Amino acid sequence: MSILSKIFTALKGGAREAGEAIVDANGIRIFEQEIADAQNALTNAKKNLTEVMAKEMQTKRKVTALNDSISEHETFAGQALEKGDEAMAMEIAEKIAEFENDKVELDEVLATYSTSVTALKSQVKEAEKTIKENQRQLSMVKTTESVQKATMAVNSTLASNNSSMGSAKASLERIKQRQADRNDQLAAAKTLDNEENGTDLKDRMAAAGIGDTKSKGSDILARLKAKKG
Amino acid sequence: MDLQELSIKLADHQTEGTGFESFLISGDNDVLQVIVEGFDELPIFVTVTDEQMLCISYLFNENELKDGVSDELNSTLLKLNVPMPLSSFAIIEDKYSIFGSLSVNSSFDDIAHELVTLADNAIDALEAIEEFLK
Repeated sequence: MSILSKIFTALKGGAREAGEAIVDANGIRIFEQEIADAQNALTNAKKNLTEVMAKEMQTKRKVTALNDSISEHETFAGQALEKGDEAMAMEIAEKIAEFENDKVELDEVLATYSTSVTALKSQVKEAEKTIKENQRQLSMVKTTESVQKATMAVNSTLASNNSSMGSAKASLERIKQRQADRNDQLAAAKTLDNEENGTDLKDRMAAAGIGDTKSKGSDILARLKAKKG
Repeated sequence: MDLQELSIKLADHQTEGTGFESFLISGDNDVLQVIVEGFDELPIFVTVTDEQMLCISYLFNENELKDGVSDELNSTLLKLNVPMPLSSFAIIEDKYSIFGSLSVNSSFDDIAHELVTLADNAIDALEAIEEFLK
């Protein structure tokens, strides 16, 4: 059963004692042991993998060298035949046969190495997956327990500090009220600022048509009409 | 970042024009209670595990709900979960909560931004579901 399902079952039961572990300490140790084992397996697999890959490369180099020698000796044998030296050609041909036998052996070795590399690579992947999976599950267990313990600590703080755990509606009202107060204060401060700078009075006088009133089109028109009149 | 370091840094810091107050509740798991300036009634509780830092604020108790509205409320909260930036809704024991989780490798600025956002989300959420409360 996955850890999330276990947590779900534990919570659904609802009858859990406060602080009762969802996965017992032993369960957590098993997780941690599995992670440690997988990490060891991963280290080993990676070490073996590098060794085998090195050997695989060496063998591939040897095979390439043999292939080169074979084609080189084939040329030699051709030259010997051209010169009519059948015996020499035969000797060279035997050498080629030797190279080819070596090559067959090396090819077999190479095939074993390649198989090992594939196997080790899948071991590495497997170990990495196991580690990641166990860590993820362990993290769920630890988070759940940490939240439980934290909730207990918070509850006891709230209980000893009753005022801070009012109803949500009251909290909402208080916070909104405080935000409104702050906005009022800002507005008041702005008004005060305007008054101190005299802009408020000027604005109001201008609105009332007192003092330095700005020329308005209608006034000018009236003045022009009066002149003509 | 451990909780004490966070507490010290929060003390002389302002994010997006907002200050913080915090104090450590010691226990099996230490909890840092953080108050974002102006949100005294909605403290945020911060805990740290190996992998993540959790910031939780308790919104209201199940018993503050009007009768028979919990199904509608739950589905409302699930629908609001995705649009709400950085935070998610949860039920912890009998309390409806709002929380955000961060990597333990988050920078102080990330954490401060998370806290301010969580406080704003908490008040917005309460306002949005006010009709469900007694």
